[in-house]
Amino acid sequence: MSFLDVKDLKIHFPTDDGLVKSVDGLSFSVERGRTLGIVGESGSGKSVTSLGVLGLHKGGRARISGEIWLDGEELNGATAEHVRGLRGKKMAMIFQDPLSSMHPYYSVGHQIIEAYRIHNDVSKQVARKHAVDMLGRVGIPEPGRRVDSYPHEFSGGMRQRAMIAMALSCDPELLIADEPTTALDVTVQAQILDLMRDLQSEFNSALIIITHDLGVVAELSNDILVMYAGRCVEYGSTDDIFYRPEHPYTWGLLGSMPRLDREPTERLMPIKGSPPSLINVPQGCAFHPRCPFGERTEGKAETAAPALTETEGGHLVRCHMSRDERRTLWENEIKPALETS
Amino acid sequence: MSEASADELLLSVQNVEKHFPVTKGLLKRQVGAVKAVDGISFDVVKGETLGLVGESGCGKSTTGRLVTRLLEPTAGKIIFEGEDISHMSQGRLRPLRRDMQMIFQDPYSSLNPRHTVGAIVGAPFRIQGVRTENGVKKAVQDILELVGLNPEHYNRYPHEFSGGQRQRIGIARTLALRPKLIIADEPVSALDVSIQAQVVNLLEDLQNELDLTYVVIAHDLSVVRHISDRVAVMYLGKIVEIADRKLLYSSPMHPYTNALLSAVPVPDPRGRAGRERIRLTGDVPSPLNPPPACRFHTRCWKAQDICKQVEPPLEQLASGHRVACHFPENAPQAATTPAATEDA
Ligand SMILES: Nc1ncnc2c1ncn2[C@@H]1O[C@H](COP(=O)(O)OP(=O)(O)OP(=O)(O)O)[C@@H](O)[C@H]1O
Ligand SMILES: Nc1ncnc2c1ncn2[C@@H]1O[C@H](COP(=O)(O)OP(=O)(O)O)[C@@H](O)[C@H]1O
Ligand code: SF4
Ligand code: SF4
Ligand SMILES: [Mg+2]
Ligand SMILES: [Mg+2]
Repeated sequence: MSFLDVKDLKIHFPTDDGLVKSVDGLSFSVERGRTLGIVGESGSGKSVTSLGVLGLHKGGRARISGEIWLDGEELNGATAEHVRGLRGKKMAMIFQDPLSSMHPYYSVGHQIIEAYRIHNDVSKQVARKHAVDMLGRVGIPEPGRRVDSYPHEFSGGMRQRAMIAMALSCDPELLIADEPTTALDVTVQAQILDLMRDLQSEFNSALIIITHDLGVVAELSNDILVMYAGRCVEYGSTDDIFYRPEHPYTWGLLGSMPRLDREPTERLMPIKGSPPSLINVPQGCAFHPRCPFGERTEGKAETAAPALTETEGGHLVRCHMSRDERRTLWENEIKPALETS
Repeated sequence: MSEASADELLLSVQNVEKHFPVTKGLLKRQVGAVKAVDGISFDVVKGETLGLVGESGCGKSTTGRLVTRLLEPTAGKIIFEGEDISHMSQGRLRPLRRDMQMIFQDPYSSLNPRHTVGAIVGAPFRIQGVRTENGVKKAVQDILELVGLNPEHYNRYPHEFSGGQRQRIGIARTLALRPKLIIADEPVSALDVSIQAQVVNLLEDLQNELDLTYVVIAHDLSVVRHISDRVAVMYLGKIVEIADRKLLYSSPMHPYTNALLSAVPVPDPRGRAGRERIRLTGDVPSPLNPPPACRFHTRCWKAQDICKQVEPPLEQLASGHRVACHFPENAPQAATTPAATEDA
């Protein structure tokens, strides 16, 4: 069993408009010292997944099923109180918008000190010294002075760094970063990604990075999970996803993206249509209304949901096309088009 | 391009500044100014796409709003089709508004939720009092079709559409009066990756079909390279480099441009090890108090004393390639400034 093992996780929300199947049977695992990237477009269920792993839907109206094993302990069946005790120390999260997770009326230092003292029986002074250390480590200039600043006195990049300092202050063994750099400029994003890489190798923690940016996952991840409409459509090593992708949605993401590392293409190759609502996920293969290869599977795409099957050594794909068909398409049509179109 | 002949020139921006006063107290005493745009010059020729990039707060949107005269410049000249519009009154600007349109970032807040698609896209005809051959409705439906929407969407409301479709509605409204110049301010940054590509392709198709000229503002350097013919890089209210997109991306000369490009994460996991990285430290300084001389010196790894004392002018160092730096990278030998050769 891996350090984190999530099995068949489902998180559904009953609403007035119907049942929102935000996460619908998701399985993944992460080892200590490794990074899993979760990519998908907005509304595909990424944030609901991360909040679910941290137990933050407990007690709400969400219907949750499946298993979440963290370091040998099952958390979905555990009490909310027990899971709360693990947050901070055992697992922590970095949010997209630091302001929403920091208290505006307390200084940044105060918040790190409080978080640290919940899990460590130390004096205020020791905790404060630790907070200053952490702020220095994440690259806040003059940490001894800035420890007393309030969140609004920091720039966006500094707030994101302060939140990383807060999340890491108790050396969590699992860190989930949900779009940690989406709101930042590229230069600051690069600083934060470097920082996360360094801190992860230092603490040997398990890291999950959630983003819609394929460049960001390529920089950080060992493994990648591609999510569409609440489900995993492709899962594999970072090399599998970038050099041997087999799912039409993954191809679509790659074709949509202009790339600086290649000669400019004449035209981008978008995916037609837009992502579905999770109240009315299309029957059969959820991607079929947008898939250019739907007719190749003789009507099956509209009626039967394809299973997530292994194509080779831990590389999983959810598609009715045969492995050979997908590989031939990739080699002969998609890959050449991405490189030269 | 500075060497463009006058008849092709659509827009010329000359030493334009926009300073927003900062006031304090009941009496609104002015205590300073945000130098959002602080002396920029560039030309746009007919049919081209000029990309404008830079970090948040560097003055890109302000530039767009100056060019379309939603803002009045504090100093400098804006010349559109040979006419100085820098301080033109709103009344005299009205007919020109047909020729210059702006597309905004947020497809949600830029459309009035209580108006139908037909009313939104048809509004420019009514405001400008334009007569159409077969009535406004037919004209609007033609435009909807042009941007890839169904003409039957005429009576629907914005909330019934996805983000990408709403951006198409925004573009349709912009096109209603067949403008000559379109300023697109972050036209795709609020959209999902798969939808971004649809809108980028649409903008390119429309440009070919309707002979449009674009100024595209974006912080995404890959999108800007894809869509632009030329690119200008801004830092703290200044243009620090402007060049053909090929030159700018293959041999960037300004240290800031180099840093920006090397910060873009590349979707090639094996490529990540081999890449040379430049890491800037810190954030962009406040435009209330920009650093003196070269504004980039507080973050530049090449900075020397002269950078803190003498502002480097935006100079042409290669054909079609202008740079403001005392010690440019990738510069042709003969073109380096005396200060740079002295030091080398
Ligand atoms: N009306 C205003 N009054 C005072 N300051 C302003 C005003 N409009 C813009 N500014 C300031 O001018 C500077 C440039 O703003 P601008 O909106 O042009 O940036 P931008 O490059 O478009 O940034 P972004 O990428 O975040 O959109 C910023 O410091 C901004 O806070
Ligand atoms: N508390 C909730 N109640 C009902 N629906 C929700 C709730 N939280 C999220 N959703 C829905 O679940 C889906 C996935 O959301 P989310 O995980 O936030 O997407 P993203 O991949 O962009 O992070 C969306 O359709 C969203 O509207
Ligand atoms: S199952 Fe059919 S519709 Fe779905 S991704 Fe595969 S080819 Fe496309
Ligand atoms: S002028 Fe000096 S500080 Fe400014 S970019 Fe060039 S080398 Fe750097
Ligand atoms: Mg999210
Ligand atoms: Mg802007």
